Amino acid sequence: MKQTLFVPLTLVAAAMFAYAPFMILAAPYESTMGLVQKIFYFHAACGMALFLAAAVSGVGSAVFLFTKKPAADRLAVAGAELSVVIGLLVLVTGPLWAHKAWGVWWTWDVRITSTLVMWLIFNAYLLLRRYGGPGSERLAAAVSLFGLANVPFVYWSVNVWRTLHPKTSVIPTLQPGMRGTFWFCVGAFMLLSVVILMLRTELEKRRQELDALYLAAED
Amino acid sequence: MKSLATLVLLFALAAPLAAQQPAPGPAQGPPPKTPAAQDGFVPVDAPVTGQDAIPAPRLVAIAYGFIWVVIFGYVWSVKSRLSRVERELETVSRRVPERK
Repeated sequence: MKQTLFVPLTLVAAAMFAYAPFMILAAPYESTMGLVQKIFYFHAACGMALFLAAAVSGVGSAVFLFTKKPAADRLAVAGAELSVVIGLLVLVTGPLWAHKAWGVWWTWDVRITSTLVMWLIFNAYLLLRRYGGPGSERLAAAVSLFGLANVPFVYWSVNVWRTLHPKTSVIPTLQPGMRGTFWFCVGAFMLLSVVILMLRTELEKRRQELDALYLAAED
Repeated sequence: MKSLATLVLLFALAAPLAAQQPAPGPAQGPPPKTPAAQDGFVPVDAPVTGQDAIPAPRLVAIAYGFIWVVIFGYVWSVKSRLSRVERELETVSRRVPERK
C-alpha cells in the first residue's frame, strides 16, 4: 500500500469528520421537517459513497471476469464489503429520518426497496466468496455486476415513480447554508471510502500472498 | 466477516418485520401535520414547533451515533484483520525457507 498517499488521506478524512458536526449544527433547519432533516447530511452522503463502493466492486468484477487479474478481484471484494457496511448505514439512518418525517419506520417505497435489493446483492456476493468454495470468485463477480446495474435504477427511481422519498432535485436546489455542509459531508465520505478501499484491498492482497505461501509450504 | 454476516442476517430478517407494523398509531405518535418536503428543502432559522410527539433530537443522535460506531468498528475490524494476516504471513514465510 502506498503509505505516502494513505497517511495524508486518512488524516484529511479524520479532520473532515471531526469538523462535519459543527457545520451540520450551524446549517439552517428545514421548514417542514425541522431538526430531523439534519440526518440528511450523513444519510445522503452515505448514499453517494454506497454508489461509489458499488461501482468499484462492479467495475473491478467486470475487469476480473474478462482479464482474470487478481488486482481487479481484490478491488471487487473491497468494494462489495464497503457497499454492505455503507448500505447498512443508509438503511438504518433512512428509517430514523422517515419515522419523524413520514410517521413510519419503513415503507416499500421504490427507492428504499431498490436500495435494500442492492444491499442484499452485495451481501450475496460476500456470502458466495466465503462459502462458495473454489471458483466462487467468478460467480461472485457476476453477482456484483447485478449490484452495479442496480445503481442507476436506485438513483433515478425517485424521479420515475411517485414516492415518499425526496427527489434527486433536492440536491441541486439546496440553499447556500445547506449546500456547503452537504458537499463537505459528501467529500468526507468519499475520502473515507477511498481510505477504506485502500486498506481493504491491502488486506486482500496479503491474504492472497498468505494462501500462496501455504501452498508453497505444503509442496 | 462472520459477525458481519450475522448482523446482515439479523437486519434482513428485521426489515420486513418492521414493515409489517400497523400504520402509525398512538404508540408511534401522530404523523407530521405538514407533509415532508420532496422537491426541495426550504431553510428556516429555527426548528418547526408543534411536531414534538416523536423526539427528533433522539433520532438525530441515534443516526449520527450509529454511523460513527459502525465506521470506527469497521475500520478497526479491517485493521485488526490486516495485522493478523501480516503476523501469520511472517510466521509462514519463516517456515517456507526452512523446508527448502
